[in-house]
Amino acid sequence: MSLQSSREPFDSGTPGVVAGGVKGFTVAEKKAVWAWIFLALPIVFYVGIRFYPTFSAFIISFTDWNIVGDKNFIGLENYIRLTQDAVFWKVLVNTLLYGIIGLPVSLILAFVVAYYLDQVRFMHGFIRALYFLPFLTTAAAMGWVWRWFYQPVPVGVFNLILVDFGFDQQPFLRSTTQALPAVLAPAIWAGLGFQIVIFLAGLRAIPSTYYEAAKIDGAGAWLILREITVPLLKPTTVFLIVISTIGFLRIFDQVFNITNQGDGGPLNATKPMVLYIFETAFDSFDMGYATAQTVILFLMLLVITLLQLWYLRKK
Amino acid sequence: MSAEAIATPLTDASDRLSRPLLRPSKVLMWSVLMVGGLLMVLPFIFMVSTSLKFNNEIYELSLLPKEPTWSNYQFLFEETRFFRWFVNSLIIATITTVSVLFFDSLVGYTLAKFKFRGRIFVFVAILSTLMIPTEMLIIPWFLLSRDLGWLDSYWGIMFPGMMTGFGTFLMKQFFESVPDDFLDAARIDGLNEFQIWWEVAMPLVKPALAALAIFIFLGNWTAFLWPLIVTTSEDLYTIPVGFAAFSGEFTTDWELIMTGATVATLPTLLIFIMFQKFIIRGVMLTGLKG
Repeated sequence: MSLQSSREPFDSGTPGVVAGGVKGFTVAEKKAVWAWIFLALPIVFYVGIRFYPTFSAFIISFTDWNIVGDKNFIGLENYIRLTQDAVFWKVLVNTLLYGIIGLPVSLILAFVVAYYLDQVRFMHGFIRALYFLPFLTTAAAMGWVWRWFYQPVPVGVFNLILVDFGFDQQPFLRSTTQALPAVLAPAIWAGLGFQIVIFLAGLRAIPSTYYEAAKIDGAGAWLILREITVPLLKPTTVFLIVISTIGFLRIFDQVFNITNQGDGGPLNATKPMVLYIFETAFDSFDMGYATAQTVILFLMLLVITLLQLWYLRKK
Repeated sequence: MSAEAIATPLTDASDRLSRPLLRPSKVLMWSVLMVGGLLMVLPFIFMVSTSLKFNNEIYELSLLPKEPTWSNYQFLFEETRFFRWFVNSLIIATITTVSVLFFDSLVGYTLAKFKFRGRIFVFVAILSTLMIPTEMLIIPWFLLSRDLGWLDSYWGIMFPGMMTGFGTFLMKQFFESVPDDFLDAARIDGLNEFQIWWEVAMPLVKPALAALAIFIFLGNWTAFLWPLIVTTSEDLYTIPVGFAAFSGEFTTDWELIMTGATVATLPTLLIFIMFQKFIIRGVMLTGLKG
């Protein structure tokens, strides 16, 4: 073993320095031993707490297991059941709606704020902090704050303001059409600051020479925005699209805390996939069926991540 | 705090003075941004102000309580288990953060600075865990916890977060910028590899460690789904879970709910105010590297 000293060509500097050593190990070999010592516990963790559970989630999804009985292999039955489950289709549509509405609304708002904030110097840090603050809060707590805002008169802030200005009261969380956007609003509100800060970082990374050159050529602000800022910001935008879409599709804390009894109501109007998974697993203890749903969620998120990787590779 | 010193940009005043004129469009832009920012924090102001109101005043929109009172806080800390939940969250978030800092930086360092067979494989494997959503793991974790008797315990709440792929990736990036010469010099001085990591390399990445610490602490402080599933006895609730249970019980006592929300949120707001610049820089950094 000790004869194969320079197995690692990159480590060429060190073997000469402290050659020999304990039991005739070369420096490179000793370092490899140290590396595996350092990695031993983490490998146990990642195998036991990440990879094995992932594997077993797939396995459980092919069984009829309900936590007390036996695990019987039932093939694709859980997945077939999903296609016939009206509630599952409802929560799938809701989940996609959270993403389809949440993503453009939040991203456009964040871009507009970041674009103008980038040009502001006076109290820049303070204003940025105001927008960022909601990002760090406990979603469960904020769910209840917004739930209070949505209450009917005389409790809810929004309705009090509407009535003060002579408008009609709105049902918000009690309406099957208004409830989903009402639940989505605090999620957008909480994530906006993160998106703004990332956009600001992206904007700052664009070399100022580009802008100067464009100005010399007499380009107006709109043209510069369209031809320089937006194209050069594309990697940042792609990153945010992926992160934010995944965030919206995994929405749970807000819905659980803002809707009555955490049921994703009224009439499942706001129920996202994660809440249905939670109910299937921990109210009905239908573990096989619940894991099949988590596998679908996983595949959805995987597609989004792979699209990002594909885009990055293409560049 | 040293973060506070960086927080005031030195260029601000001079930048402004060097500009010839305050154009009206700029003033308008600034004002709109400012109003938007104030609207963003308005929910907190409502929350805090209502927590200081008596029940009969909560139907008024005024932001300043007529008769400010601590009675809601008194009720919360004396009649409910909020204090206990607060302490639980503090313990859990602290232990998890320490563990993540230790292991993520150890693994990140090993992957950045050791050349050994299987290095790429280990790195890709750890990185790939970032693609596995927690929601898919909670059911297997629940079973594991049940079989090993971890349900309803601190360890049960903490174990899934003791190491993170994100932190490992972040620390690896930072350790890669540490010059090998430093480590080789320490090797010649006779330090063993563990000492080299702990005494030489770790002090060089302190800013990254601090940023990671803040993210992990906040992440654990606000975590909801897993603690909700793994805890059953009230004494083990973390603050978000306890708060949700409490609010479900007192559904119409909005002044108490707002007090609970304030207690749950305040520590994160304080951390933000203390390390503002630092946190934002950390977000930018991870955003650009991600």
